[in-house]
Amino acid sequence: MTSSLRLRAGLLSIALLAAFLGIWHLATRSTATVAAMNPEYAKLMGLTATQGKSAMPGPLDVGAKLWEHLRRPFYDNGPNDKGLGIQLGYSIARVGTGYLLAVLVAIPLGFLIGMSPLLSKALDPFIQVLKPISPLAWMPLALYTIKDSSISAIFVIFICSVWPMLLNTAFGVASVRKEWINVARTLEVGTIRRAFTVILPAAAPTILTGMRISIGIAWLVIVAAEMLVGGTGIGYFVWNEWNNLSITNVIIAILLIGLVGMLLDQILARFTRMVTFPE
Amino acid sequence: MVTDKFISIEGIAKRYPGAGGGTTAVFENLWLSMARGEFACVIGHSGCGKTTVLNILAGLDTPSAGAVVVDGQAIEGTSLDRAVIFQSHALLPWRTVLGNVAYAVSSKWRKWERARVRAHAQTFIDLVGLTGSEHKHPSELSGGMKQRVGIARALSITPKIMLMDEPFSALDALTRGTLQDEVRRICLETGQTAFMITHDVDEAIYLADKIFLMTNGPGAVLAEVVENPLPKDRGRSDLHRHPLYYALRNHIIDFLVSRSRSFATEKPDHDPRKVPLVHVGKPGLTIASSGDEQRQTRIPPTNPGLTG
Repeated sequence: MTSSLRLRAGLLSIALLAAFLGIWHLATRSTATVAAMNPEYAKLMGLTATQGKSAMPGPLDVGAKLWEHLRRPFYDNGPNDKGLGIQLGYSIARVGTGYLLAVLVAIPLGFLIGMSPLLSKALDPFIQVLKPISPLAWMPLALYTIKDSSISAIFVIFICSVWPMLLNTAFGVASVRKEWINVARTLEVGTIRRAFTVILPAAAPTILTGMRISIGIAWLVIVAAEMLVGGTGIGYFVWNEWNNLSITNVIIAILLIGLVGMLLDQILARFTRMVTFPE
Repeated sequence: MVTDKFISIEGIAKRYPGAGGGTTAVFENLWLSMARGEFACVIGHSGCGKTTVLNILAGLDTPSAGAVVVDGQAIEGTSLDRAVIFQSHALLPWRTVLGNVAYAVSSKWRKWERARVRAHAQTFIDLVGLTGSEHKHPSELSGGMKQRVGIARALSITPKIMLMDEPFSALDALTRGTLQDEVRRICLETGQTAFMITHDVDEAIYLADKIFLMTNGPGAVLAEVVENPLPKDRGRSDLHRHPLYYALRNHIIDFLVSRSRSFATEKPDHDPRKVPLVHVGKPGLTIASSGDEQRQTRIPPTNPGLTG
């Protein structure tokens, strides 16, 4: 029954994709009448005017361009012409660095906040104020103090991914079942050993959930951050191609951003499953 | 005698800040003692502070006043000498059966190498009859099996005292019976001192040497200590045929039904340091409710449900 459900869902997905591509294709093909005009003028106007072609590329155009990119993902022809693989690599590296720094700060700090009601209460107003700030709002401050656009982007990733991890870690640690703590207490387990053998495994699913939310946000933010700082990265690529009026490349970039985001989420989802325990 | 007071609870109280700035005492000036190797059950209604007494004994809670002396030493905090079997079994769900017991073993003997810890843990898993389930996680076990692991974990650290907070109340009657048999067997074999909270009168009669009756809270007191008159080698099957069984049972139930409420008004001069020791059925005994003898005679010798 479940396999048949999965099969039917798969077929429906394919049908929906085909319908979407079909509509897209029909909507963007050359339909408008070709205006009679001076050939010189027509040349200036481009295909939109001369062949009635929509400026929006069709699925076939995008497919062809995508194939071209996939064949040469890592070429480097100077600052404004790099392969998509290189651009994505830059973005992933920035997200990875900022995210790891956030993990290193958020999880130990979250542990402290979760274990100490005093710290929790004392830090709460700061967290409540800092958390809703759009990470991009930090950008000018980062650029001014760090004076390096690439590191500023990493800082922005750090600041946006730190909050969900911090709050989830603190929550996970604070809500470890009293009876498990009592087990450790009756066995005279010391604080450090208790933290690693009881609190960490008990809070791990909640912590990993926070990490999963964070990686999603970090990937959302990197595109915008790279549009601002420029130079390299998938966000910069999107903006650059918009300036080139290459909608095809923009669509390809959008597709890839989605795919990489999904991949990152799936990796964290797998880690979450690894630490989740049935009760 | 030294062994006479292996555990001695000396005038403990537990007070909570009440409404309007005052304090509410769950119990005040509670005195209680147990001998080595004795099995004691505490019976009382919810809210009389039984669990608080157990938590104080375990070191998980601190009394507002008074002290607890175990084996000649005032206790401070928790100790590996006092193992707790929790009502909700409190197994660590990310560890296997062996892992849960080994965690306790390695907490007690920190220098033992892995193989020794595992072998020791295995002995106690075998003892509670869980051989073959060592590598299962708690989620794969039934309620009774989980509580067996809880018992194995408590026993594995060879404590001086076992503290049990309604350990079988969440189990079905059949499993409860089997586990009571196991606990009784293990405690008799090892001479374990045990302190158990229960709501189940029959459980107390079967297991306990001494039954502590507590009145209702707040302001609960230890009203009586009932000595179990049944022979030490009592079995589950013929327990209810013993001539004193119903006298004992009725005495406890009478207490729970009415006297636990009216005790404070009936006995205003109750001295918490000299709690009456009740011997049911012996000549010259002090039985508070006079109807016991009559009621006992009305009970047919066999289970009425099985006749006819």
